[in-house]
Amino acid sequence: MTMPPRPPSATTPDPWRAHASRIVSIRDETPGVKTYELEFEEASARTGYSFAAGQFNMLYLPGIGEAAISVSSDPDRRETIAHTVRAVGNVTDALTRLAVHDHLFIRGPFGTPWPVTAAGGRDVVIVAGGLGLASQRAAIEQLSRRADGGQTIVLHGAKRPEGLLYASEYDRWRAAGIDVHTVVDEGDAAWTGRVGLVTHLLADLPLDPSATTIFCCGPDAMMVGVAEAAMARGVSAEHVCLSLERNMACAVAHCGLCQFGPHFVCRDGPVLRYDRIASLMRVPQL
Amino acid sequence: MNAKPRLAVFKFASCDGCQLQLLDAQDRLLELAGRVEIDHFLEASSRVVPGPYDMGLVEGSITTIEDEERIREVRRQCRFLVTIGACATAGGIQALRNWGRIDDFRAAIYATPETISTLATSTPIADHVPVDFELRGCPIDRGQLIDLLTAVLLGRKPHVPGHSVCVECKARGLVCVAVAKGIPCLGPVTQAGCGAICPAHDRECFGCFGPSESPNLVSLTGFYERRGTPRDSLMRLVRSFNAAAPAFRAESDRLEASE
Amino acid sequence: MTPPSPGSWHWLDRAGLQLVVDALRRQGHRVIGPQVADGAIVLRDLASVTDLPTGWLDDQDGGSYRLRHDPTAGTFDHVVGPHSLKNFLFPARETVASFARDDGTWTQAPRSAAESPLAVLGVRGCDLAALAVQDRVFLGSGYVDEAYKARRERLFLVAVNCRRAAATCFCHSMGCGPSAGPVFDLALTEIGNRFACEVGSDHGAAVLAAASEAGAVLAACTASEIDAAGAVPRDLGSRMHARQTVNDTPSPRSLDTHGIRDLLMRNLEHPQWDEVASRCLSCTNCTLVCPTCFCSSVQEVADLSGDQVDRERHWASCFSLDHARMHGQSVRSSTASRYRQWLIHKFATWIDQFDTSGCTGCGRCITWCPVGIDVTREIAAIRATDGAAAPETGRGTS
Repeated sequence: MTMPPRPPSATTPDPWRAHASRIVSIRDETPGVKTYELEFEEASARTGYSFAAGQFNMLYLPGIGEAAISVSSDPDRRETIAHTVRAVGNVTDALTRLAVHDHLFIRGPFGTPWPVTAAGGRDVVIVAGGLGLASQRAAIEQLSRRADGGQTIVLHGAKRPEGLLYASEYDRWRAAGIDVHTVVDEGDAAWTGRVGLVTHLLADLPLDPSATTIFCCGPDAMMVGVAEAAMARGVSAEHVCLSLERNMACAVAHCGLCQFGPHFVCRDGPVLRYDRIASLMRVPQL
Repeated sequence: MNAKPRLAVFKFASCDGCQLQLLDAQDRLLELAGRVEIDHFLEASSRVVPGPYDMGLVEGSITTIEDEERIREVRRQCRFLVTIGACATAGGIQALRNWGRIDDFRAAIYATPETISTLATSTPIADHVPVDFELRGCPIDRGQLIDLLTAVLLGRKPHVPGHSVCVECKARGLVCVAVAKGIPCLGPVTQAGCGAICPAHDRECFGCFGPSESPNLVSLTGFYERRGTPRDSLMRLVRSFNAAAPAFRAESDRLEASE
Repeated sequence: MTPPSPGSWHWLDRAGLQLVVDALRRQGHRVIGPQVADGAIVLRDLASVTDLPTGWLDDQDGGSYRLRHDPTAGTFDHVVGPHSLKNFLFPARETVASFARDDGTWTQAPRSAAESPLAVLGVRGCDLAALAVQDRVFLGSGYVDEAYKARRERLFLVAVNCRRAAATCFCHSMGCGPSAGPVFDLALTEIGNRFACEVGSDHGAAVLAAASEAGAVLAACTASEIDAAGAVPRDLGSRMHARQTVNDTPSPRSLDTHGIRDLLMRNLEHPQWDEVASRCLSCTNCTLVCPTCFCSSVQEVADLSGDQVDRERHWASCFSLDHARMHGQSVRSSTASRYRQWLIHKFATWIDQFDTSGCTGCGRCITWCPVGIDVTREIAAIRATDGAAAPETGRGTS
């Protein structure tokens, strides 16, 4: 499968130029995870900004720092953009102290998108571990409008039931023809669904390996498990796409921090085809 | 934060040099005074407002039974406890006593040794109570202290990198004294923070900021030894201001044992 | 006199070289040149050509650098010191963005005003090659670093063809020297008390013409003189390839680069990584003196009020745990994995990324490693035991 080209960034020629945005709404998702809906302050940024599903922004809070967060809203709805964030670091902790109308700066979008168009006509299996689903929601929204005959299946796993992301949207996705399956590592009294790993869901899924594309996002070890399970089912590695996460400071392949073998995860990723990275993923501490 | 955060500074066995770094911050200190309530800082003012405090800075090591009790009370009084300096974070130069016999020191120095009550060791604060953050150095670096306070006020993590002094040396464009002059320098195994003061004055790094994040002392001292530095000199270089920091302690013990 | 033009050669004496420096300064350049300081030949602002290190040689080996005075030595018979063009074009600290808060609203300040253009004297082939490598990183990777671009576009290069190599040099193995190139404004070849000066650009020609107007005597080199000058670095290159002792300096290093990318990429779990980790200090020196290493991190620098914030870019190193830190943990927690990252990036994945090696054979990483770790020996060790596998319990878990 040909990966789509990286769309041009809306930012000015200076990659360090950031655009002010205002928080329009904050929604609690799972414990410790919130979705921030943002609107650019400058009219030029509002009209000039576009992104593709799977790309990320650098969210910047002056004095605190910057964090790379994938865009989780619908790429075809341009009025606002959304980021689903877990408070795990400097910037993401500080984000939790912000309120509606507060400002933050955005650089972006950056990185490679999910190959939504290239997967036209094929079945797309979206496999997400925990917050990984945030990087795939944009693709799910686009695929919910597909009319190319291909099926879309979401396999989402979380540690516990309360960790299942975007649970209130599953009914809408299902109404749009998307097959949504969930699994948790550890159930609770109310949980009647499956207990186990997303790889188990994948193993049980009826699929046509020659017409299936996998979009997978989660921890590295989980993604390798999914990719190998998909290949065991006959899906070729070039139709398995993973979204990687690494440390980054610049997002424009200058700072070098995000390197994974030959790949700058900020520019050549975050979405990378498994056939390009399989041998690297197996090397510890690369 | 709504009300100004309340800051307290405490001293244990130490020379006061780290507290002086705070006093020496001068204009930054005035700026700080406008942002926090300095409610306990005996080095600067006799005005003491009772705790609890939002943040406590602790200088000095634990060398007496009274210290052991007082640090527990300090810990109870401080929501966020930061140890400052080599004494508080590693036991300081006075931890050299840990290799000697305290009764011999007492008898050699004091006219009436029986009136002196002290512990046999000098130990870091973290050996006695949980510590939230450590600022290394002998003394601490003013810039790192200000950054720590700024970070706490802004709600971000302080910038206290664990990498070596060499990073600061090279950033300043200094010529390496070890490579160009053959001076045994601890910079490659010492945590940055001082701004490479000693190499800038043609002197070796003495390890004031303690071991870096992944120090390989055996390789470094072995190289210096092969280049002609006697083993006992290397042992004394490693056993100084941060003698009792685990990586330095292990290496000076190793060098001593194999002399 | 033949007017200087790209490709022309002219004789320049030391007084003439001073007039070149003066001409550059008149054009507003900040002129940098090699000088003796703190026991090494460093790059700093050059007041006069009398400050150039005439008569000084540098003895370099793993973990060792010593200056030696030799009255027979010329002005440029030293090789490279701890500094390179990187220190000036990609400085160790630089503000990439500034923000100010006024009445609760943050705004980003425009980039600060331009600096004086730089002119650097005495740049060797390895460092010109390194400049070309950094150009690919900061100008050719799809995004442009504006500050680097501004400095790069106005940079004036007075190159030097080497006639001596240190024991740590291996530019000949990397195809980056000892001849100066691929681009320069002027290139000097020292012959006797004079310099044969090759013009490499229109700007170079203009500066030479300005020096001539100010009194510099510019005799055109004859064809045989040009041949003789060209032979100087060529002969050194041949001796380096033959690994001959040059004058009283031990023979230079060399590196077998045949299939080097694949060699390293198929040996990612070779036991040599653990072996070198037993010696490596993770101190970062190799990466910081490397003229091509470009990693950086960004730090927020705020005043206590928090109303003024500079985003400061600092040199970073793959030997620091912070480099690959994610969610509080480094992806590369072992020294072995960090050494491997440095070496495979420099000699293998760099080729995938930028279609060039990241190494120019300048030898700085060997000299300035405090324990003398030598990349050429590490790679040779892997080549000698190609395919060896790490023990099950080895690197990757520590």
